[in-house]
Amino acid sequence: MLQIDVEACIGCGVCESTCTFGAIKVEGGVAVVGDSCTLCGSCVDVCEVGALSIKREEKATQGNLEDWSGVWVYAECRHGRIAPVALELLGAGRKLAEKRGVALSAVLLGSKLNGMAEELIAYGADKVFVVDDPALASFTDDAYGNALSALAKKNKPEIILAGATAIGRSFIPRVATTLATGLTADCTNLAIRDEDGALLQTRPAFGGNIMATIVCPHTRPQISTVRPLVMKPLARDAGRKGEIIAANLDPNTLKPRVKVLESVVEDLDRVNLSEADIVVAGGRGLENEKGFAMIRELADVLGGAVAASRAAVDSGWIPYPHQVGQTGKTVAPKVYIACGISGAIQHLVGMQSADTIIAINRDADAPIFDVATYGIVGDVFEIVPKLIEKFKERKSA
Amino acid sequence: MKIIVCVKQVPDAKDVRLDPKTNTLSREGVQAIMNPYDRHALEEAVRLKELHGGTVTVVSMGPPQAEEMLREAVSCGADEAVLVSDRAFAGADTWATTYTLSQAIKKIDDFDLILCGKQAIDGDTAQVGPGLAERLDIPFVAYVRKINDCTANTIRAERLMDDGYDLLEVGLPALFTVVKEINEPRIPSLKGKMKAKKIDIAKMTAADIEADPEQLGLKGSTTQVVRVFSPELKGERAMLGGTSDEQVAQLYEKLSPLL
Repeated sequence: MLQIDVEACIGCGVCESTCTFGAIKVEGGVAVVGDSCTLCGSCVDVCEVGALSIKREEKATQGNLEDWSGVWVYAECRHGRIAPVALELLGAGRKLAEKRGVALSAVLLGSKLNGMAEELIAYGADKVFVVDDPALASFTDDAYGNALSALAKKNKPEIILAGATAIGRSFIPRVATTLATGLTADCTNLAIRDEDGALLQTRPAFGGNIMATIVCPHTRPQISTVRPLVMKPLARDAGRKGEIIAANLDPNTLKPRVKVLESVVEDLDRVNLSEADIVVAGGRGLENEKGFAMIRELADVLGGAVAASRAAVDSGWIPYPHQVGQTGKTVAPKVYIACGISGAIQHLVGMQSADTIIAINRDADAPIFDVATYGIVGDVFEIVPKLIEKFKERKSA
Repeated sequence: MKIIVCVKQVPDAKDVRLDPKTNTLSREGVQAIMNPYDRHALEEAVRLKELHGGTVTVVSMGPPQAEEMLREAVSCGADEAVLVSDRAFAGADTWATTYTLSQAIKKIDDFDLILCGKQAIDGDTAQVGPGLAERLDIPFVAYVRKINDCTANTIRAERLMDDGYDLLEVGLPALFTVVKEINEPRIPSLKGKMKAKKIDIAKMTAADIEADPEQLGLKGSTTQVVRVFSPELKGERAMLGGTSDEQVAQLYEKLSPLL
């Protein structure tokens, strides 16, 4: 419930103008809350006299939380390949496990997984639970969800991390619902709270305009999907030792209600983009399709991949798989060259973890410069062709 | 074919900012709109109805003024609208939301298909669709970009994946979340607008859906937000000045060792 301290309220109306839902009004000199309140808390935050508060009735803690121990990483693999995010999560999971003084385990689901469990150990797993079954050859929410839920119920990990990929974001919510616990989507930072060992899960919300840190206080496991290319994998160490556990599951749990008729790898270019060391990106400042051709040429000369802001994709200059940002790909290349991109926060969240960011833009106040390592205020149509020339010379030299 | 579409009223996310001085969410002047992905879910439902017959019912959990959005959904082709609204629902996370919606849907009648947008643009969690399917114990498919074929008992659909797509066959009833590539939503027709004006929006409270109060709203939520802040931007902002030739020369110097 939103509570209003009528003694403290000065009737200034800041809360009224802040509420998106029109739920709070000043009547007779004090704030009054109506039925539209969603308890979003924005009025509480803006109240300068502290007259507003949200009274929270705590959910009852489910069982003994201490019964749950260990950090798990769901190691996604598809078409015979471990997803890079699985190795990134082992890197992040290793730190969490050490802070908690617990083991780090990977869960591998699929068919014909030979050699993959060893690979996960080399990247930091102490234990690998393997379910290698033809029923898991294609991804289905039912079979994957049931398998992970069954393993978690039996082994009781305190934390489960999965990649915020198409697969992870599809079936992990089902796992959280089955286990009756909380789930935080698309996290970009994970930490352990010193006081109580809780997992602090930080994620972007409102299209990346704000960040929120979330906890799961009363239930276990604490589950997060984690954005790819944000966490760093450990160096591969083939000498690492670990335990491989072949898990036996009731075959009924692996029966999917969805039949995968065909699984098509469609867009190699898109895969290249998220793994490229050099990315050249163009935005609205390219003005038209012809302008965008310049971006492709620079990418070619540098041996990089082509990316675009949403504005360029919406204008039809380049297809959606090249889009970087909140509603597109996340990339973290060694070098990211942003040409004619103003740098809306929705774009920045998809590329700001690049090692070196170069921004070329006409507008000196463009927010892209706030994330840039090097910035050039200038005309892309003048700068980019000259840069192409320079690197062509270098190539032929 | 009986289709239910879940829709959410959201603040227009592109306008929500954190005030850098007070570190609080500034929603001043921010419009409440129908979640854009839900429009695509609604459009697909209406197209399926036009092809195969049946009804489209839109359901929203939200505050009383979400009624306005439900009328808009009717103007775009929905036949019935249900508003699930109660003070007890406020502050719900995705766990409490899927509980509430599942209780409401159990009251609505039989259905063959539930469609949702892939995520809402305020929370961006994409968790309500799959969570709801699990609560209702029906098959779930995320990121549907195309419905190829539809019979009384099964649907063939394409699911967008990170590296391509999967072609799936799903028995009904089922729940799909859709991506915006699936269709181009229509604008309201005049007839639709007339209907929307007159339609009686069904209302359901916590009592109507026979909800366990312990599972609702803030109290029933499994997650808690402990801190909200602005994203950090840590660029070095070394600006390369001079004529364009000088700028390019400096950039070349900086870039060469990195390539």
